[in-house]
Parts: sequence; structure tokens; C-alpha cells
Amino acid sequence: MNIISFIASAIRFSTVFLFGSTGETITEKSGHLNLGTPGIMCVGAAFGGWGGMIYVNAAAQINPFLAVFVPLLFTLLGSGLMGLLYSFLTVTLRANQNVTGLMITTFGVGLGKFIKANFGTEFDAAIGKLCGYFRASLPFADKLGWFGELFLSYGILVYLAIAVAIVASVCFSKTRMGLHLRAVGENPATADAAGVNVTGYRYTATIVGSAISGLGGLFYVFDYMGAWDSGLTSTEALGWLAVALVIFTMWKPWLGIFGSILFAALYLLPNYLDVTFAMRDIIKMLPYVVTVIVLVLTSMRKKRENQPPASLGLNYFREER
Amino acid sequence: MTKTERKVHEPLFHISKRDAVSWKRALLVRVITVLGAFLVSGILSWILIGVDPFTFIGKLFEGIFGTERRIWVMLRNLSILLCIALALAPAFKMRFWNIGAEGQVLMGGLATAICMYYLGDKLPEPVVWLCMIVAGIAAGALWAVIPAIFKAFWNTNETLFTLMMNYIAMQLVSFFTNVWVKDGSGTLKNETHLHGIMLPQLGNMYLLPIIVVALLTAGMFVYLKYSKHGYELSVVGESENTARYIGIDVKKVIIRTMAVSGAICGVAGLLLTGAINGTVTTATAGGQGFTAIIVSWLGKFNPLYMILTSFLVVFLDRGMVPLNLTNDAFSAIITGIVFFIIIGCEFFLSYQIKRRHEKAQTVAAEPALIAETQGEARQIEGAETTSQTAEATAQEETQQGEERAQTPEEEDAALLRKIVDKTGEALKKGADAVADTAKKCAQKVKEGAQRCKAFLSEKFRRKDKPQGGEGPADETAETKETEKTDGEDKAE
Repeated sequence: MNIISFIASAIRFSTVFLFGSTGETITEKSGHLNLGTPGIMCVGAAFGGWGGMIYVNAAAQINPFLAVFVPLLFTLLGSGLMGLLYSFLTVTLRANQNVTGLMITTFGVGLGKFIKANFGTEFDAAIGKLCGYFRASLPFADKLGWFGELFLSYGILVYLAIAVAIVASVCFSKTRMGLHLRAVGENPATADAAGVNVTGYRYTATIVGSAISGLGGLFYVFDYMGAWDSGLTSTEALGWLAVALVIFTMWKPWLGIFGSILFAALYLLPNYLDVTFAMRDIIKMLPYVVTVIVLVLTSMRKKRENQPPASLGLNYFREER
Repeated sequence: MTKTERKVHEPLFHISKRDAVSWKRALLVRVITVLGAFLVSGILSWILIGVDPFTFIGKLFEGIFGTERRIWVMLRNLSILLCIALALAPAFKMRFWNIGAEGQVLMGGLATAICMYYLGDKLPEPVVWLCMIVAGIAAGALWAVIPAIFKAFWNTNETLFTLMMNYIAMQLVSFFTNVWVKDGSGTLKNETHLHGIMLPQLGNMYLLPIIVVALLTAGMFVYLKYSKHGYELSVVGESENTARYIGIDVKKVIIRTMAVSGAICGVAGLLLTGAINGTVTTATAGGQGFTAIIVSWLGKFNPLYMILTSFLVVFLDRGMVPLNLTNDAFSAIITGIVFFIIIGCEFFLSYQIKRRHEKAQTVAAEPALIAETQGEARQIEGAETTSQTAEATAQEETQQGEERAQTPEEEDAALLRKIVDKTGEALKKGADAVADTAKKCAQKVKEGAQRCKAFLSEKFRRKDKPQGGEGPADETAETKETEKTDGEDKAE
């Protein structure tokens, strides 16, 4: 087993989780538990493929920048729309968040499959054509030995994920916007009294968060797999792991960078070890078990900075006492 | 005072809580919602798969009631979904967000399968059945009690905890399958691995789950409505502090309720494994643990309503069968849209929207509100002598109250007359408006249908061409065509 290549593939694979969990963290910071994240990732993947197909069909010659940019834009649009649907139902119509979120997951997986089935082989061809552009790394990466493999051998989305996580972390702790967002998630009534636009923050956070989560699906299909995930079963499963990662990192996106690498390593470990199928199942269970342990420990220690946002899962209605 | 208030910026719409809506009205709104949702899904089916709405809804009914077997299958699926939803009802009523039903069902199924595998060839069949029942129920309960204990003692977030437990259960099932199945096929077979053990059949192969769940439904209705446990858990759900204050042991209630919830999920797992599938896989629960949450929530945690909501889900799911869709995702999309509409419409039952300038009118139209304000006015009249400040602030309102009528009887009569008049007017207006819009709608629909038909025929015509775009997205087809012509130009 080659340690360097194992770590490198874990870092690469971690992007799926990192996009998903960063997006979900942004949403949860505003007090909305969006259990639709797995479905949103599926929609993101499908819209990315759709955009890629439109681009491949329209362009005479493929421009490397547009080859990445068009699917990216479509993904942001598709998953952002799912976020809008979720926030319209939960923020404006005050529907139950768990019910709405789960419905979004069912619907998202269905929609993703439907879009794929509608276009058929053309869809697969577009992904096959474009995945090379997503995977393109810096040209001198393989000349730098282990350093190059470990830090420079990835496609653009890997770096984008890390950048987004860092930016989100800085925003939460250093900017006024982040302060307001956290206030909205902790105690919306107080934030409202202080003049913060609770509805606006909740909408924005959910839509932006969903759009970012959707990129996880895009990465999985276009970069990691280089092919459509038939049935979307693994995209959905990875989406649930991304939700778990939010808890594991205690709502801190910068910690998510390392957490996602750990999750990815645990996910990929069975492939690098010579173990039976039964053992593989035990190893695959570990991320969930570890998450449960972290959840229990943080609730036992009651350290205030590690708690979930206080009003997570609760809708806010100004006139309610 | 009102004049100064007017000057303050007032939003165009104002949302406020509604008083309890009468059940008749609530039922009416829900029925209209469901019909509307079906209409929307019918139109969608027209656009997306080219089946017109009437055929679509007809096919749905055919899929459910078409043959005797279909009816039995529908009833069986309904009973399993209802069983899981029943399990969730007490937990949700307690505001314990148990989204771990999927895992609890799987654990029930897994424990049943463990009994079949290890005891199937050692003990007589009736004893094995007994072991299966006990183990299945106990395993489901155990899987639910673990998060409940942490919730009760350390206030651990139960939504996330139960969610994780689902996936641990899934991996456990997959682990046992891989341990038991040596041939590498990865599927556990009832005949070869589990000694061909099944729970006894009643009459036909569908009846056992249906009867068990029917009994459970009645039991759960009584449990929630008439038992002390049911009362305690609804108090805990409303307010933990109140519960503590009146001497309810909140921790005990949480753990006990979750044990009940998990045990019933265990029953569902037992039925799925022991009576229906004869085996357990990671897809045994098949997402029903999540669907049941929606069923339970929409049924207001009332077992009788839940029969209807679970029927709706099964209807949409099974009804798609005769459409022979190669694309099974369509069923998920339709289910999603129908439920989004239903979830969204719940809003209008608990909130009302008031427009800025029509505020006074809406108040007049609501008899309950009028009664309330009048009651207040009367109270203020009584309080006049006791409090000077109250008099100052409420003077206006008391004057209004005096102007309206002298004695309470007359007051009521006048009020009643007013209400009747207003309602009559409103009804007339409403009826006119409805007729008008109906006419317009009919026209619009006609136009739309023609346009749709034109569009569809266009699309299919293009599809028939060898090089035409496959997708319905007009743009791609067009761009393709332009490309083609470009190519021809170049060739020339």
C-alpha cells in the first residue's frame, strides 16, 4: 500500500464531503437543518451534466475555461433553486424542516435520475468529454515528486472546496455578516429585535449553502468518477456522510477540511487493505460511529462554542410567544 | 392613536396566526389541496411523459384497484408504511424527532433474520417464530432507546443521532449478509441460508401484516388518546417545564415513548423479514422510514388520519405501475410535488395573510375575532371604575362598544344579522368570482392545450429525424440544427 497515493486520493475524494458539509454548515448556522442535502447534491450533479451537455453540443471547439465554468454555473443554479424551494417552504410557509428536508431528498434524487434518463447516452458522452478538463492539474505537478502528488495533483474543484471552506470560516468569525448569521441561528427573536433581517439571512444562507452543497455532486460525477453515478445511490449516501461531517466538525468549516479528509480516508481504506467484505462493512461503519461519539461527547461536555446553533430546526415566527 | 400608527411604515402583507380552524373547513381545504396537487401532477405528466391528465389519473386508479392481486399488494404496502408511521407518532407528539425509523426497522428485520439463521435448524418451528417475534421487537426498541437515553440525560440532538443510527444499522445488515453468504453473491436467500423459515400465513400471503397493523392502529389510537402514557407524552411535547412542574418524570417518559416507538418499528421489520420478503437486505426498509415521517406528520399524528395519508403515498407509488415507465424517477418526482403542495398548504390552515388596507374588513368577516374584541370591550367597561389608565387607553374602544348596542342580547342579534348579511354578500361575490375565473381558466386551458399539442408534435417530429436533438430542450435541438447547416455550408 502506497501511503502517498492513498493520502492523495483521500484528499481528492474529500472534496465531495467538504463541499457538502460547508454548504450544510452555512445553512445550519442560520438555524435551518436542511436534510435535503443528499438530494441537492444529486440535483447538482444532474444539472452539471445537463449544462455540460448543452455546452458540448453548442461549442464547435471546447474552451477549457468554459468546459468547467458552464457545468459549474448550471450546478449552482440547480442546487440553488432547490435551496430556494426549501427556504420558501420552511421560512415563508413555516413548514416543518425535517419533513421538508426529507421530501427535498426524495424529490432531488428523483429529479436527478429523471434529467439523466431524459437525455440518455448524450449525457454520458458529455461527461466523458468534459471530465478531463475538471481533472486537469498544474502541468509541473508530476515533476515535483511526492510534494507535487500530495499538494498539486488535483483538479480545480479540490482547491475551490478548500478555499470556500476557509472563506466561510473567516466570514463566520470575523465579519459582521457572519455575526448576524450566527445570531439568527442562535436566537432569531433577539437578532430581529436588534434589527437584523432574519428572513433575508435565512433565505440567503440556505440558498448559498445549497448551491455549495450541489458542487459536491458535480465534483463526484465530473472529477472523481468521470461518469454518471447510475441510480445516484452513492451520491445520496455520500450526501448523508456530508451531513454527518457537519456534526463531526462541530459547525466549523475549517475543521471540515481535515474532517473530510479523515472521512474520505475511512471510506477509501477498504480498497487499499486486503480484507474480507465483512471487514469492509465494519470499516465503512466507522465514520457514522465516530460522528455519534463526537455528538455525544460535545453534548456531555457542554462547551458552548461546540454546540449546535441553539434554534437549529426551529422556524421563527415573529408574533409567537 | 390609530392615526399616528398609520404613518408608521406598514408592510403590504401581514401574516398572523389563525385561531383553530373548524374541522370541516380544515377537511375542505385539505381535500381541495389534494385534488389540486393531483391536477398539477396530471399536467406535469402531460408535459414530461406525454400522458394526458385524465389517462394519467385513470391509470393511477388502475394500478391500485386494477386486479385483485394489486389490491392485496396495495393493502400490504399500505400496512407496512402505516406501521412505521404509527411508530413515529408518539415520538413526534413528544417533539422527539425520531428520523431513525429506517434503522429501527432494519434492526428489527436483522434480529429476526439472526433468529432464523442460528435457531432455524435447532428448534421446532413455533419456538423459532416466538424467538423471531421477541428478538425483532426488542432489537427495534433497543435501537430507539439508545438515542433516547442520551437525549434524556444529556440533551444530545436526537435528529442527528437517530439519523446516524440508520447508517450504522445498514452497515450491520450488510456485515451479517457478508458473514452468512459464502458464495459471494451478496444476497441472503430464505431457502438456502435461513432454513426456509417464514411466519405462518393467515388465509393468503398478504393477510398477516394487514391484520397486525390494523390491530396496532386501533391500539395506538387508544394509547395516544385515552391512556395516561399518551397524556404524559403530549404534555412533554408541549412544554417540558410544564411537565416537570406537574410531576411528570420527563426522562422516563422520553425513554419509555422511544421504546414503544422502536418496538413498533421492530414489528415492521419483523413483518418485512419474517412474513413478506423472507430475507433481510440493506434495502428492506427501502426509504419507508423517511416516507413514514411525512405520513405521520401530515396525519397530525392521529392514527386514523394517517391511514389516509399513507394511502396517498402508496397510491402514488403503486399507481405508477401500469404506466410502464422505463424511467422510475417519475414516481419520485410526482410524489415530491404532491407533498410539497400539501406541506405548503398546511400554512394556510394555521396562519392567515392580511392585506394592509383590508385589515378592518377581514376583522369584520371573522366572527370569532369580533366576539373577542367585544368581550374585551365589555371587560374594559367593567374595569373602568378600577383603573384610570385603562380607561384612558381604552376609551375609544369602549365608546365603540357602547355605540353598537345597549343590552347583550340585542348586541348579539345585531351582530348575528350583520354577520349573516356580510357572509351572504361575500358568498355571492365569491360565487361570481369563481364562475368568472372558471370561465377564464377554461379558456386558458384550452389555449394552453392547443399550444402544448403544437409544441409536443413539433418535438416528436424533430425526434423522428435521424440527426435531431434527443432532448426536449428546444435550444439543444436548435443549436444542433444550426451546427448541421454550418457543416453543410463548409462541405459546400
